[in-house]
Amino acid sequence: MSFVLNEDQQLLKDSAKSFVDQNAPVSVLRGLRDSKDGRGYDQALWQQMLELGWAGMAIPEAYGGFDFGYQGLGVVLEETGRTLLSSPLIASVLLGGSAITVLGSEAQKSSLLPQIVAGELLLALAVDEKVNHCPNRISTTAEKKGDGYVINGSKTFVLDGHIANKLLVVARTSGATDDNDGLSVFLVDADVEGVSIARSWMVDSRNSAKITFNNVSVDADSLLGEEGNAFAGLNRVLDIGRIGVAAEMLGSMQQAFDMTLDYLKQREQFGVLIGSFQGLQHRAAEMYSEIELCKSAVRGALSALDDGDKTDEEVAILASIAKAKLSEVATLVSNEAVQMHGGIGMTDEYDIGFYMKRARVASAFLGDALFHRDRYATLSGF
Amino acid sequence: MQAIAQLEDFRESTRAWLEENCPPSMRTPMVDAEVVWGGRNATYANPESKVWLDRMAAKGWTTPTWPVEYGGGGLSKEESIILSQEMARINARTPLNSFGISMLGPVLLEYGTHEQKMEHIPKIVRGEIRWCQGYSEPGSGSDLASLSTKAVPDGDDYVINGSKVWTSYADKADWIFCLVRTDSEVPKHAGISFILFDMLTPGVSTKPIQLISGQSPFCETFFDDVRAKSSNLVGGLNNGWTIAKRLLQHERTMISGFGLAGSQGDKGGTTSTMDSVEGAAMHYRGDVDRLSDPALRDQIAQFKIDSAAFAMTSQRSIQESKQGQGPNATSSMLKNYGCELNKRRYELLLSALGSQALGWEGEGFEADELAVTREWLRSKANSIEGGTSEVQLNVIAKRVLGLPDILSLVQK
Repeated sequence: MSFVLNEDQQLLKDSAKSFVDQNAPVSVLRGLRDSKDGRGYDQALWQQMLELGWAGMAIPEAYGGFDFGYQGLGVVLEETGRTLLSSPLIASVLLGGSAITVLGSEAQKSSLLPQIVAGELLLALAVDEKVNHCPNRISTTAEKKGDGYVINGSKTFVLDGHIANKLLVVARTSGATDDNDGLSVFLVDADVEGVSIARSWMVDSRNSAKITFNNVSVDADSLLGEEGNAFAGLNRVLDIGRIGVAAEMLGSMQQAFDMTLDYLKQREQFGVLIGSFQGLQHRAAEMYSEIELCKSAVRGALSALDDGDKTDEEVAILASIAKAKLSEVATLVSNEAVQMHGGIGMTDEYDIGFYMKRARVASAFLGDALFHRDRYATLSGF
Repeated sequence: MQAIAQLEDFRESTRAWLEENCPPSMRTPMVDAEVVWGGRNATYANPESKVWLDRMAAKGWTTPTWPVEYGGGGLSKEESIILSQEMARINARTPLNSFGISMLGPVLLEYGTHEQKMEHIPKIVRGEIRWCQGYSEPGSGSDLASLSTKAVPDGDDYVINGSKVWTSYADKADWIFCLVRTDSEVPKHAGISFILFDMLTPGVSTKPIQLISGQSPFCETFFDDVRAKSSNLVGGLNNGWTIAKRLLQHERTMISGFGLAGSQGDKGGTTSTMDSVEGAAMHYRGDVDRLSDPALRDQIAQFKIDSAAFAMTSQRSIQESKQGQGPNATSSMLKNYGCELNKRRYELLLSALGSQALGWEGEGFEADELAVTREWLRSKANSIEGGTSEVQLNVIAKRVLGLPDILSLVQK
């Protein structure tokens, strides 16, 4: 496994950092929130990100992408995480693009992946049904009818579900609610009859949706991969998503930590800098250590995604290590960040609260620390 | 970076050499009684340990990256990684455990004169001299620089008086590397020297300290008019603190290795037969494919995830450090985290084994159960020796995070 960036990845990271610093400070997210923006992301900014090629990072050249691998996409996400940049990068590119790449037929890949790279197609993955992530507990059904299927059920916490052109819907074509077998993934137009989408205004100002499917008819060719056999591929897609989200969380927690460290070096009480108090120093040193572990877990998992020799199971273990660790430490760092800022940390005017809110939503997304510890234990045979 | 083809040749010849030269019993997991520490009075419970040591030492592979001139292996960093991979492949034991290798050697190579290296390094490589570390004193623990053992020049010698404490294996060691005060008139850090002398020198005496684990790996060491040659003063008069700190970084790197055990199937450097915490927990509960206690299962998973992330961080640190560079400030982070992990591991083993991990001696307990009890107690020292966890956190706060140090508590 490679834990250090190569020259190309470092250049990409540096240019992403300078782009994000100049164009997408936290004030952009704040503005979207305050204006109750209809789409929830800045379209001009997204257009610039598309021009930089960020939507094609992990997509092969044959499908219009730039073949930088997930390590390439990962360093971009780390930088966008630093300023909590809200864009279709996670939902459409990371999750949607991976779903098409992993599960799609050659024809689906050829037609859809270039549209993702160009930003013409926005996707959203609809998997969760209950308040906690549990991708094999699916009760949404897709019944075979004539040449196609009829989908019924409801989904929640669908990131960017309100802006997607097409939804990737995980539904059961056979089996009981908890079975791994019998799951299928369908590509459903967001505007067809029977699909109703309700935007969820989330605490972190990034948007999700609750979506119901009421007798939604789809063609047979809207099936992604084999009928009833999506579980393994879906998990691969979710693992890619978990690792990518972990990379974004790494950027956010590093930024929250840096802001806190700056504050410790500026704020005076009792006539001295509060950063000279051992009670704060040791907690800062412990956070630093935990963030170093997070960085390694993310880099290792990203490099495993690009390593053809790694099995899906090896990647799954690394994904759960990364998401469990990042979810735990994001909570720690954001809590400590608010606490160490004192009263100012509680104000809306100051940015640190945004980091705590994003940390919680990102921790819950695609499985929190408890989910991934349980999964890690199962994958490790205990 | 060396050419890949050249490294692959090295791998092939190393594999063949190990196949030829590593005795069969040296390919089995290490047991406590057979750990080789070398020295004048070395004993070998397993004669093949001696064969293995001599063969490895002849190639300099007890210290693979040290210069050939002084008996080392002269390998590049890449080659030494290949050597350890190939040794791991056949489960080859570490031929020699030694403070000479892990602590003294690196600083002697960095700060010693050619004559000092010629005298001491080859004996470290071959395991002929066993070293101990004279650092802590009864009045100087975390505040190491306040040490008061005194060395006064007299002709070609220094005359040393004072005492040390927590000297690991002083009663078994042949030589000591020792911090002594050579100037009491200057700030405490500026009056310390680093000197080497033979433990057989008249005036040296040792007394083992019995620990909470029942074992006595540490000693009190007393110096009563001990004469040490001034040619054995390393790095110049009153320059000992620089060397002392450098050596502590090496020591911390070594101790942080304890934390790597948790991520592996076996326990790496330590010697308990309890292969894995989760395995032990399932065994004692009669579980087959899932640990039945959900709370313990979550805690073990969290521990193993942290261990895995820690192991990846150690690897990253190696990848990041350029060839030839010694450990840096992150060694404090690794030391601190590694120690805490090792302590967590033993706390979890106690939970896994329940009352079977709480025996002291006698019937009703297996040897490996009693070993867990003793090692659990021993592990408590991990966050005290080599600088307490609190000192490591001070070092991180000051040296890595740049936080202000108004109390001047951190070692400079």
